Amino acid sequence: MTDVSAPANPPFRLNMLIYDRRYRSMTFQVIVFILVMALGWWLINNTIQNLRALGKDFDFGFLFQRAGYDIPQTPIPYTSDDTHLRAAIVGLLNTIIVSVLGCVAATILGVGVGVARLSNNWLFARLMTIYVEMFRNIPLLLWILIIYALFTEIMPAPNAYRGENPAWSKILFDNVALTNRYTAIPGLGMTNDPGSLDLGARVTISWATIAFAAALIAGWFLRRAILAWAQVTQDRTGRRPTTWWINLGVMVVPSLLLIWFFGLHLLPPELKGFNFTGGLNVQNALVALWLALTLYTGAFIAEIVRAGILAVNKGQSEAAFALGLRPNRTMNLVILPQALRVIIPPLISQYLNLMKNSSLAIAVGYMDLRGTLGGTTLNQTGRELESILLMMLIYLLLSLIISAGMNVFNSRVKLKER
Amino acid sequence: MSEMHAETVPFVRETMLPPAPPPIREAGAVRWLRQNLFSGPVNTILTLLGIAIIWFIVSHFWPWFAHSVWRADSLAQCREIIARTWGEGASGACFAVIRERWHQYMFGFYPPELYWRPLLAFGLLMVALAPILFSESRIIRRIVLIVSATATLILALALGIPTPALILAATAMIGAIAVAERQPTRLLIFSALYPFLGVWLLWGGSLWGPLMVLASFGLGALAWVVVARLLPLLAAAAAIIVALVWWIGFAGRAAEDLQNLLPLAITPVASDQFGGFLLAITIGIAGIALSLPMGIMLALARRSDMFLVKSLSVMFIEFIRGVPLISLLFVASLLLNYFLPPGTNFDIILRVIIMVTLFAAAYMAEVIRGGLAALPKGQYEAADALGLDYWKAQRLIILPQALKISIPGIVSTFIGMFKDTTLVTFVGLFDPLKGISDFVRANFAWKGIYWEPFIFVGAIFFIICFSMSRYSMFLERRLARDHR
Amino acid sequence: MKKSLFLGSVAAVTLSAGVGMADTLADVKARGELICGVNTGLVGFAAPDANGNWAGFDIAVCKAVAASVLGDPSKVKYVPTTGQTRFTALSSGEVDLLARNSTWTFSRDTDLKLDFVAVNYYDGQGFMVPKDLGVTSAKELDGATICIQTGTTTELNLADYFKANNMSYQPVNIDSNAEGEQQYMAGACDAYTTDASGLAATRAAFANPENHVILPEIISKEPLGPAVRQGDDLWADIVRWSFYALVAAEEYGVTSKNIDELVKSSQNPEVQRLLGVTDDLGAMIGLDKEWAKRAIQASGNYGEIFAANIGEQTPIGLARGLNAQWTQGGLMYAPPFR
Repeated sequence: MTDVSAPANPPFRLNMLIYDRRYRSMTFQVIVFILVMALGWWLINNTIQNLRALGKDFDFGFLFQRAGYDIPQTPIPYTSDDTHLRAAIVGLLNTIIVSVLGCVAATILGVGVGVARLSNNWLFARLMTIYVEMFRNIPLLLWILIIYALFTEIMPAPNAYRGENPAWSKILFDNVALTNRYTAIPGLGMTNDPGSLDLGARVTISWATIAFAAALIAGWFLRRAILAWAQVTQDRTGRRPTTWWINLGVMVVPSLLLIWFFGLHLLPPELKGFNFTGGLNVQNALVALWLALTLYTGAFIAEIVRAGILAVNKGQSEAAFALGLRPNRTMNLVILPQALRVIIPPLISQYLNLMKNSSLAIAVGYMDLRGTLGGTTLNQTGRELESILLMMLIYLLLSLIISAGMNVFNSRVKLKER
Repeated sequence: MSEMHAETVPFVRETMLPPAPPPIREAGAVRWLRQNLFSGPVNTILTLLGIAIIWFIVSHFWPWFAHSVWRADSLAQCREIIARTWGEGASGACFAVIRERWHQYMFGFYPPELYWRPLLAFGLLMVALAPILFSESRIIRRIVLIVSATATLILALALGIPTPALILAATAMIGAIAVAERQPTRLLIFSALYPFLGVWLLWGGSLWGPLMVLASFGLGALAWVVVARLLPLLAAAAAIIVALVWWIGFAGRAAEDLQNLLPLAITPVASDQFGGFLLAITIGIAGIALSLPMGIMLALARRSDMFLVKSLSVMFIEFIRGVPLISLLFVASLLLNYFLPPGTNFDIILRVIIMVTLFAAAYMAEVIRGGLAALPKGQYEAADALGLDYWKAQRLIILPQALKISIPGIVSTFIGMFKDTTLVTFVGLFDPLKGISDFVRANFAWKGIYWEPFIFVGAIFFIICFSMSRYSMFLERRLARDHR
Repeated sequence: MKKSLFLGSVAAVTLSAGVGMADTLADVKARGELICGVNTGLVGFAAPDANGNWAGFDIAVCKAVAASVLGDPSKVKYVPTTGQTRFTALSSGEVDLLARNSTWTFSRDTDLKLDFVAVNYYDGQGFMVPKDLGVTSAKELDGATICIQTGTTTELNLADYFKANNMSYQPVNIDSNAEGEQQYMAGACDAYTTDASGLAATRAAFANPENHVILPEIISKEPLGPAVRQGDDLWADIVRWSFYALVAAEEYGVTSKNIDELVKSSQNPEVQRLLGVTDDLGAMIGLDKEWAKRAIQASGNYGEIFAANIGEQTPIGLARGLNAQWTQGGLMYAPPFR
């Protein structure tokens, strides 16, 4: 704060706090700080007084009481005898599942549609424009409700699969049954089950899953090594060895071996009693919410992608063609890296929006964090202050994690200015 | 050359051939089709796919639409009419529910004889916004003003506006158009006064209330001028304190006394009577209007070089942007009572507006920050060179330009917020989408009706949001041209 | 900043004049309006019509209280509340009275600091299934998919019932009754569970109600009643006895039609006391003599209210059942007015 070039430091006077530029910003900050602290104290004090007046306390003990309600879709084992805390974790996992699925699908859809809108096929480009405008200009809540209701109305009840001549039959080689409750997909069975790793709290991971993950990660590193080797060879000899089949082999063969080793096979769902059993029933609430989030966010991503591609100067692709690069390499090496710089920052906020919008899950009864901790738990225990503060904190953390991760990615694709 | 040939070649064409028509494949519709729809195998597949999608949608929904029933008293009656007209088992839409309940989708529980008031409020809003939104083009502004004025007056007449009010409104509109024609900047005064007028029209009650609040701004400004002579740096604080003291201490009583002296009141309408699109638009516009000053302050704070101010602003913005709106609405409905002093209790719509304002302010701050960053650095340097202090530079040079280039972003924020107002249904307010529909279904006559309200509400949302997004695109193009 | 304060001032008209936890009666009288928390829309219990006038079984309680306290059953402001916001609205003082088909439970009465003053409808949770499913008892629902509204006690009851009977089920959580009906109609769930009154109303609105049956098992007790804040006993008494006045009126045959005549002619001392002809019971709860008379006049006695909103003559068609007078074998039993 001190100014070196000042000729001489005049003695400090009180009014310099206001009139002297060196101190003014300090004074201002102190005032702001005091005001903010006062506001915070005021809010907390009010809360304490109000709680006392109502005879309530601020206590997270309710999280360890029995929840007593069931959740349709649970990524980890959960029964109504578990605690509210576990219910909240199940909800959090459900939020994460639908957000991740949504982000992936919305990106794929958005990129596809963004490119298609630039297509020279008049009809298709118009259709894509209609899609984008329809989804961007109508509230997401409406889309969630409509898609869920469409699922309910169009798909058959499991009963339609019953009998000698069923009205509907399973698709994909008798493996998948679409119903208006869930999509029944086959489970996985193993003839040589290696057992599971117990992570505690009744959460287990099959050793087979770990083996597959390890194989994939190892394959990924091998692939990078092979690509590096190819690059070195190209630099030395000017000729790039063909690597795609080695890469493919490295990624796929170990998995195939593992499948053979564990005797992995599909367990198709069977209609027993009221419902399909044996496989995995993916609730329509999840599918509809996922689809709605995908279509809605996809429309926004399509616009971002379109703008990103349009932002790349046409001279760039022409220059790349002049250099003799083939179209797909032009896209990969010239257009995309430049377009990504424009695309990534708004894409981050779309991912954040998708994660936050997944809290609309309640409209279709998908039990996400908002449905468990901020919904049934809040309602049954009457602990609104604790539940909502905790819920907001968790959402905030999720947002920060997503934006931190994406910012790292962004700084990697950013144009390095030298 | 030709001369040589002229002697040897027996035939020389003297006249030009008339131009032959292009081959049929290269002309007219066929050429267009070939170029735009069937230019290659991939495109052909895409076209066929597109046609299949259109056919699928139309063939499935057209019969349902074609069998719409518009006149019935209940869903059961609708079903009966459909079965009678198109045979047993035919499916059809029952838009009779819209015919009977449209006013609730639009106005909620607002007293029907007063429907003209919100309508007038929104008509005047267009007039107030026109000089800001269409500052670029005189012709467009003229068209917008005339169209919105006529539409408002005609609709108000249809909704049964009393004659004196109609005459007043018509005078105001014609006056506004006349002013806009001669001195468009003068109309900005009306834009500044509009919030008070709009609030008065919507909520009703005594006109003195808004006037007294307006007076608090006037007194604040007066205090500013007076104090600025003596202690320039305390002027802002003095202005705020004077305005607050007047507002909290005296405005209410003064309004009451003046009301007794000269009654200037219209029927008050409590905010719990707001519903449907009236509620959505009110929340949306109030949220944007109130969040604008806050957003500007936050954006300036975020760009400030004072560490504490900057980090507080960043914390606030990131916190709000990191949590879903729905959780903020829950704060409004469940927690705000805890945070405010014991005994304060004001109605849920205002609490929702407060939280929506905070929410919008964070997004607004980012939009305006973008505007500030987009401004060429020379502008800042020029302001410094002129010897303007920080606030003067912001007020006279930076903000007017930054805000102008932020308008498209502000409009997008508004579209997003307007769509998000549907979430207020989760705190028990009657938003048009689910709140109104759910209580319409709670009436036995319409129990079980599902698609029709959604289509109606979705269509209105689409029209409003689509036209706004087109406006924002128009503005973006215009601004892009400006900067070239 | 200043602007947001400004809006607050404009709505100062709508600000309720402070909570005043202790004396709701004085607040209501000063305000000249009763603020009643109701459902956002439930057939027969609370629903606004095309003109925005609220009507229904729960609404009648609000009207009766407003009539006895303020002398005018129309001086009620209805605040629609969702399943999540209802108790907070009451405990924060946003509403004076919650008449929103809420189940009286131990923890709500104690931990949530509410006071349930009476039971205006004895309900119980039941199941509805399509007839062609061939199910005749809830015990046959093992493995079924069941539609259930989230955030209500029904969710807990369902979990308990299936656990107690060692059966499994797949819940389909739904947000509102409208979604529930839609799912059930399309066959997305085998059974729909909610309070039996709600089931009856839902069934009655179907295109062909005869294709659906309500199973005989009632798996829970759902005493629905109006609630007030704990700690204001006078106000609780007023609401309680305004409601019991309606019940007692039915027992003694006082209806909205014959009430004026009975005031003059009735020789029954109980009726005379109730209608304020002889004793001044109203003074004991801070009201005037005719408080009960006005409450009954508001929308009739309990039986009239029942018949007009949810009774057998209405499309909902609920039988009195448990809600009949104790003299008819039901549970409606007003303590003596003396």
